[in-house]
Parts: sequence; structure tokens; C-alpha cells
Amino acid sequence: MENLDALVADTLSVIEATEDPAELEALRVSKLGKKGELTALLKQLGKLPADERPAAGARINEAKQQVAEALGQRKAALAEAELNRRLADETLDVTLPGRKVTPGGLHPVTRTMERMTDFFTRIGYSVAEGPEVEDDYHNFEALNIPAHHPARAMHDTFYFDASRLLRTHTSPVQVRVMEGTQPPVRIVCPGRVYRCDSDLTHTPMFHQMEGLLVDEHISMADLKGTVQSFLREFFEQELAVRFRPSYFPFTEPSAEVDIACVHCGGSGCRVCGHSGWLEVMGCGMVHPDVLRYANIDPERYRGFAFGMGVERLAMLRYSVNDLRIFFDNDLRFLSQFS
Amino acid sequence: MKFSENWLRQWVNPDLDTDALVHQVTMSGLEVDGTEPAAGAFSNVVVARIVSAEPHPNADKLQVCQVEDGETTYQVVCGAPNARAGLKVALARVGGVLPGDFKIKKARLRDVDSAGMLCSGKELGLSDDHSGILELAEDAPVGIDLREYLALDDTLIDIDLTPNRADCLSIRGIARDVGALNDIEMTAPTIEPVPAVIEDTFPVTLSAPEACPRFLGRVIRGIDPSATTPLWMQERLRRSGVRSIDPVVDVTNYVMLELGHPMHGFDLHRLDGGIDVRWAKPGEQLTLLDEQTVTLREDTLVVADRSQVLSMAGIMGGEASGINDETSDIFLECAFFAPLHLAGVARSYGLHTDSSHRFERGVDFNGQRQAVERATQLLLDIVGGHPGPVEEALAPDHLPVSPRVSVSHQAIHDLLGADIPAEQITRIFKGLGFGVEVGEGEWHCAIPSHRFDISIPADLIEEVARVYGYNNLPVSDPAMPLAMVPLPEAIEDERLIKRRLLALGYQEAVTYSFVEPGLQKLLEPDLAPLPLANPISEDLSVMRTNLAAGLLNALRYNLNRQQDRVRLFEVGLVFRGQLDDLEQTKRLGGLLYGPRSDTAWLGSDMVHFYDLKGDVESLLALAAGNDIRFESLPDDPMLHPGQAARVTVNGEAAGWMGRLHPRIEQSLELKKPVYLFELELAQVAARQVPLYQPLSKYPGSHRDVAILVSEQVQAQQLQDAARTAGGEWLQTVSVFDVYAGEGIETGKRSVALQLSWQHPERTLQDEEVAGFMNAVIEQLQTQFDAALRS
Repeated sequence: MENLDALVADTLSVIEATEDPAELEALRVSKLGKKGELTALLKQLGKLPADERPAAGARINEAKQQVAEALGQRKAALAEAELNRRLADETLDVTLPGRKVTPGGLHPVTRTMERMTDFFTRIGYSVAEGPEVEDDYHNFEALNIPAHHPARAMHDTFYFDASRLLRTHTSPVQVRVMEGTQPPVRIVCPGRVYRCDSDLTHTPMFHQMEGLLVDEHISMADLKGTVQSFLREFFEQELAVRFRPSYFPFTEPSAEVDIACVHCGGSGCRVCGHSGWLEVMGCGMVHPDVLRYANIDPERYRGFAFGMGVERLAMLRYSVNDLRIFFDNDLRFLSQFS
Repeated sequence: MKFSENWLRQWVNPDLDTDALVHQVTMSGLEVDGTEPAAGAFSNVVVARIVSAEPHPNADKLQVCQVEDGETTYQVVCGAPNARAGLKVALARVGGVLPGDFKIKKARLRDVDSAGMLCSGKELGLSDDHSGILELAEDAPVGIDLREYLALDDTLIDIDLTPNRADCLSIRGIARDVGALNDIEMTAPTIEPVPAVIEDTFPVTLSAPEACPRFLGRVIRGIDPSATTPLWMQERLRRSGVRSIDPVVDVTNYVMLELGHPMHGFDLHRLDGGIDVRWAKPGEQLTLLDEQTVTLREDTLVVADRSQVLSMAGIMGGEASGINDETSDIFLECAFFAPLHLAGVARSYGLHTDSSHRFERGVDFNGQRQAVERATQLLLDIVGGHPGPVEEALAPDHLPVSPRVSVSHQAIHDLLGADIPAEQITRIFKGLGFGVEVGEGEWHCAIPSHRFDISIPADLIEEVARVYGYNNLPVSDPAMPLAMVPLPEAIEDERLIKRRLLALGYQEAVTYSFVEPGLQKLLEPDLAPLPLANPISEDLSVMRTNLAAGLLNALRYNLNRQQDRVRLFEVGLVFRGQLDDLEQTKRLGGLLYGPRSDTAWLGSDMVHFYDLKGDVESLLALAAGNDIRFESLPDDPMLHPGQAARVTVNGEAAGWMGRLHPRIEQSLELKKPVYLFELELAQVAARQVPLYQPLSKYPGSHRDVAILVSEQVQAQQLQDAARTAGGEWLQTVSVFDVYAGEGIETGKRSVALQLSWQHPERTLQDEEVAGFMNAVIEQLQTQFDAALRS
């Protein structure tokens, strides 16, 4: 019994010096196991006089507990050290790029066209599409542009034969939709159009979005409201918007729409040719003959139509100063719109 | 239409400065394209007179002139051949500044002092003429500032007219609109008839009255062929962008600019017998004033005499009958040619003239007489001569009929959404020259003969809106019922399909719909593309029949710019067939090239067929609920015969995918394999609306089997066979390993399948599953001679 203190002290110092969890376990067995030294002391209690037994038993149990606790702490410390070692081993350079699929981006024309379309679909317009190889009737005749009309000269049409051509605007979609429906008609028609013209500021293919609304009580004030709201929402600016009389054979009255230059705010710069204004679209009240062509009664219904160039708006919105770059499909350009 | 502001102000003079005037006309629909000063900036240039001109003692080409400006006489050395005593000239005095900040200083030229400079038109920024010094009129007041004398403090205004406003192709037309906009009267110069002093006329026949119902002519004899056009007229022509030629041509051009009537002057002595305005006969030829000879078509209206065609009516005169410097007697023509019969004709001959531009759009059919009188008056002033009577050939039945158009106040209000007072509307109509009859809440307008663009009430309403000001009209949001719009669930939105591709790492491209025929032929040699009749270039001359051509062009463009990892897609129409059986369908095409990963340090292996296929499968997963299959496509000339597949959706052709044929890769100089796919968009977009299947509560059983089969046997065949033999409760068959090479007989490969069964209402017994499995193995053995691998 007198050895007990020495035994405990000795055991504790061995525990403290042990580095290996397996050695620690062996030590536990040798001290606290069934055949362990401390367990053996308890077994010898019977040899003591009965009145000493309780005190001696308590002392031994206390010693056992002291050793067990030390073992437990040492084990936890070793496990902690082991974990820390592993964590250190597993440390990565978090600045290296990850394994990924870098998402692509929409073409800026699509991005712009979707955005333009959304303003209208959210208030109840539908999207309509049509063929790009069109016939003379839908591209011109039904839009009140008969053969030899001077307006045809403004179109630089690509032809296949005398009556088939690449659509020069998205307006034929209007005609096709009206042919098959009675008012109310509320559509936007985004898509590719073609003109036989190619230089710094023209590409033989570009995109337009046409809009058409036909109903009983539509006025030019509604047209102005719609166009003005669209332009302000599109550019997210309270832009000055002005309407100038113009001429399209399929609308009457017809208007060109200018906005205050988005670059200089109207004070005049290179972008707006120092005029302070940018011409952005054409529009007007649907010509009664166009309604008539589509079997819609012009006495009962009126409508407005507008058409705008997608690239034009994209260039202004994103400060792109070269039209042709849209069709180079240069990844260094396209990825800027991802 | 370019014109001088001063000239316009002679006709109508609103109380507006230049900027305000320009803004006003722009906002009324006559869009001003630009303005420029009438002359370069110069100062201290005065009208002077050459008192004497002596040869320079030391230079052959120079003269020493004494020039007086009313106060002082200067000695000026001048190199112009036309410098001569008595000539009125433009003298830039010492201290003056010419355009380009050229300062006039005292100089000494070959030992002779020179104080000032005699200026050419070019030196003053007035013209391109540098052949001699400017010759001013004999009555030019000496000493007066040249800017004042020539009224050079003027602005040239260039208006870009829409095709409906031919009435504004003249000073008078613009003045009429400006008058209406400002509610003021025009101050037109008075044009008095010039009485005939001789009786000579020249006969005119109208053989094509539908195209030429009115033709006025006048003989003027005894003009002075040596007369020159006065500077004031030259200046007005110049400021309108018209070159001065000779007095007769200048006068006809002047009247055209002023009144809007194209005119023509013939040399009377070069006309034979009489004029006939008729359709050209086949094969007839005409040498035009610009010296080119054209062979005329029968749809071309001509002015002819007995022996030959004199001019293309309303387009251009002929050389043979034109005025020259010996002409003494002229025949002046002013006619009305119907727009319908002239439209497109000039262009079909590659011509475009001031005259054709006006006639095609419509010239006032009532103003010819006034134009002839105006021209006569001007000609007599300049070249003298003796006018005969104005003779008019007329086919009244063929003249256009000026419509009467009525419009109600209500209609104006409804279309514009604006309340414009009735008196204001009346004033607008009157200001524009309409004959107005005001009714009860409506207006009846007699449309004047210069307006070809007004025939329906909406046209009148536009006129009201235009003069009232579009910007003064109210602004509102349209009010309509909130009707629902269909949204079919079984059609996937194109936008979501595109976004799936973006997530797969593809960048959207937009390429031209027309391509180069060579590339087209390389890709689809057996399909004739639809050619454009008038392509912009050979490179863009046929319609694309696939999206691959454009994507390959985009690939090459990027490879040339050091982009070596390219993933592109495009959605757009392809055009297959010829005009009468053309199909225009929307496709979705993609291209895959270069390293699989864009994270180089994680590995740099190149994309492979199965990367392509995985992307296509991911995309087609959108077409949920459909039976999608891939079959070998060994005979597509565009694709590698062993790495190409046809895609079907519910048994219908939906597209293809595969590696570009190595031969094509080589001819396009592509160093690495290119993978392409192309799918019909409608097939990708069509999906089934989900129909819930109850989930089984009972566990499933999985079994694996590895078999050896000929490498010719495709995985799909094995899966199909397993599915057929596996019984009702077979849920899935998947391939989890494929191996060929060491340990496997040549020509064979090992394929490992995992099958799983599940019953909806009970647990399957092991013996049952073993039975199913045996049936599958037996099927594979019989059908494919498959051997089980241990």
C-alpha cells in the first residue's frame, strides 16, 4: 500500500511520455486491465483487516481514476495531434482554379433581343416568328409597298427570283399573324433580316424586333406611351424621347423616334454626330390598307406598329462601336457578355 | 434636297434663327441631315476692278495688275490667265484672311511688289474652279465686301426627304410647309406670263398619253450663245449642289430647284419635224448627255422626233439634240410624266437624275405653264431671244385626278388621342394649300395637285399631327383586357434550351445565313443549296443548309486568334431544298474543339466523341419522356464514318452528331478533331408532361453480369436484348464497364451490365431474380454468341 503513491506517480509520468496510441493502450492494460497492477492491489484488499479495507479501497479507486483520467487525456491529446498532422498534410492551394465547366454566354444580339422582348411579353404581348425566305406579297405588297414603289429602293433586297426574297424587315410576320387572327392582336416579332448592303455601318444580315398592337380604341398617344416607356426601361434612364414625322408605306401617321444621346446626355458628341439625338426606331399607326389586306376591318380596329434594330440598341446599351464585330463571333468579344 | 437658307427666306421668312428653323422643319418630317456655311471663312475680300494688266517683266505666266477698290489702287501680281483690264474681281486685301487661315501679306514676286491677291472660286471656298480668278458681274459695285455682294453669310441646309414628300423637292415646296408651320404667308416672287413676240411653234404628239398626258413647249429664237450665267444664279445652283453648265441648262435647273419642275431645252435646229412622246421601240438606241449609249426597252417612255429618240422622258436628255455653244434657237420643254410609268425605269438603266428622282415620286401636274413662263423670263434676262407662244399638248383624260378627302373631328381625336381645336385644324389644312370646306364636325379637303401622298382620312390626320407637332400629342398606356396567353407545358422554351448549352460551357454564336458555296459543297456535296440571285459576294452567295458551316468558320476565326478551346452553338433557320420545296426549319447546332477542361493544370486531354455525346444527351434530357436513340451513321460525307450517330426521337429523325470527317478537317487545316452536333429544335423542345408513377415500397434487386461479345455488337443492342428478356419487373439496364485489350480475344470485348428489378407490390425472391437473370443471359448467348466472363 505504501507503494501506491509511487506507483501512481510513476505511471502518470510514463503516460505523459507516451507518444504512441498503441503504447498508451498497452499501458492501460498493464495498469488498469484485469491483470493490471492497480487491479491487483484491489484484489489484495481482502488481506487487510476489515476496518482498514474501506479506506484502502477508496485510495486505490482514487488512484485508478487518476490514472484512467490521465490515460484519457493523453489519448485525446495524441488523437488531436494526429488530426492536426493529417489536416496539415491535406492542406491545398485554394487559389488554384477549380475543376469546372465555365458557362458560356448568350450572344449579345440574343441577350438584347430577349430583353427587348421581355418588356412586352410581361405586359401581355406574344412572340411571333416567321420565315426568312419570304415572298414579295408578305414583304412588300401586303404592307402597302407595290412594285416600283420608291420605298423599295430603300430596302436593298436580296432576291432569289422575281417573287421570292430574303425578308428585309420583320414586318411580314405582322401580316402573317394578322392573316390568321382577329383582334386584339398583341405581338412582338424578333428575328433576322437581310439587306444587300455591306460597309462599316451595314452588315448584310442584322436583327429587328417588330411590335404590333391592334384593337378597337388604340391611338397614337398609346403608341407614344408604349415606345417611350420601352426606351426608358430598356436604357434604365429617364431619357428624353422625341417623335418626328416620317414615312413608311404601312403606317399612317408614321414617326421616327429619337432619344437623347445615351453617351453625352444630349450635349452633343461623336456618337450622336453632335446633334444630341440618336435615331433609334420607326413606328406609326397601322395603315388601313394593311389591315384590309389582312381582312381586319379598319373601320372598327386601329393599331400601332413599331420596328427597331437590335444591333443598334445593343451597341448603344453596351457601348459597342463596331457593328461588324457582332458577326465575327470572336470569343474574346462574345465572352464579355457571359 | 440641299438648298440655301437665304433663297428659302426670300420665299418665306419666319421669325426664327437658323437653328430654330432647322429644328422646326426636322420636327415636321423634313429631316435635316446637315447644315454647312455657304462659303469658307474669309475676311477683307472686296469687289475691285482691274485697271490695267501688264506682263510681268520677269515671268511669262504672271501679270502685274493695277486694281482699284474705289478708294485705293493696289499693285497685285496675278497668275490667272483671265486677269484683264476692266474685269471686276474679288480682291483679298493685305490683312485679309482666306479659308484655311491663309493670311494675306505684302509680297515681292520676282522683284515686283504685290499688295493683295485676286481670288479664284476655289481659294474662297466657293467652288472647285481654279482655272482662273473669279469673274464678277460688270455692274458689281466696287469696294463692297464680297460676302455682302454674294450674300455669302448663308447656310446650306440638306434635307433628307422621305419618298412621299416629292412636293418638297423645291424651294417653293419647302416654303409652303414652313409657311404652314409658322402660320405665315409665302412671299413668292411674282411670275408673269411672257408674251409671245414671234409665232413659231413646234408640233407635239402624245402617243403615250397614259404616261405623258401633258407636254408644254415653247420656241425661243435668237438667243446669245456667248452669254454666261450670272453669278447670283451660279451661286444659287452651287448652294443647291448643282454644277453650272451653260445659261439654258442652268435656267432649267434653276426652275426645277425653285418650282420643282424638271425641264429640258432642245436645240431647235437639231429637231426633225415634230415631237412625239411615245414608248421606245425595241432596239432603239440613244446616246445620253453623259455620252453613254443605251439600248432602250419598250417599257421606256421617250421624247422623239421624226428621225430619232431625243431623250429618255423625265430621266435624261440625249446628246444629239442638246444645247451647245452655237445654239441660237431653242425649244423649251416642260411636261408631266406619270410616276407609275417612270418608277424604277431609271434605276433599271443604272441611272438616277434630279429629274427622274422627282418624276418617280410625283411632280405637280398643274404647274408646267408657270414653270415655262418662269424659265422664259429668266432666259430673256440672261441670253435674250424672242419667245413664241407656249403650246400645250394635253390628254385631259389621263391627267391624275386630285382627290377630295374628308375627315371628321372625331376620327382625328380617335387616331391621335388628342383634342385639337377645330379652328386650328382648319388653319393647318389651309396653310398647306388644301381647298377646305368646313362641315359639321368634319372637313372636306380638295387635295392640291402637288400632293401625291394624300388620299385617305389617315393622310389628312397625319398632316394635322405633323403641323400640330408629334411631340405635342399626349402620351398614354394602352388599356386592354388582361387576357391569359397559352403556355404549353409540353414545349420547352427555346431560351431554356439555350441556357442548358450555356451551362454545358457553350458560347452562343450568330453567323450569317448565307455561306460560301465551296464550304457548303465540302460539307454536304449531295445537296444543292439555294442560291441568291444578287449576293453581296461569292463568300455569301448560297443559303446555309446546316449550321455547321457557320460554326466551322467561327472556329477558324478564333483559332487564328490563338483561342484553342472552342465551344460554340447557334440556333437558327437552315434552308433545305429549292424555292418550290424549300424547308426552313430551326435547328440547334454545336461545335466542340480542343481541351476537354479549361482548367489546364487538372489535365490537358482533348475532347472526345463521348464528351460530345454526353452534351447531346444532357440537352436531350430536356425532351423528357421521349424515346431517344442513337444509331451509327457511317455514310454522312461530313462526318467520320466510325464516329457519327443519327439521333432519333420517338423514331423520328431529330438530328446527327459526330466527329468532322478527317478529310474535311485536313482541308480546313484544323489540327485537332472537331465534334459537331445538329438537332431539330422542335424535337429538342418537345417533351411529355410528367405522369406520376407510384413508388414501390419493396426493395429492388441488382445483378451484374460481364459478357464477352464481338466488338461489332453495340451496347444498345445488348441493352435492348436484356430489356426484352428481363421480364416485366426489370427497371434498368446499364453498362458499367467496357474492356478490350490484354486478356481479351482479338475482335471481342467485354461488356459489364447491371440490371435491377423491382416489383411494385412485393419483395422479389432471389430465385425469381435468378430466373430473370438466366433468361437475360440466355438471350445474350443466343442473339450475340455472348460468353459469360468469370
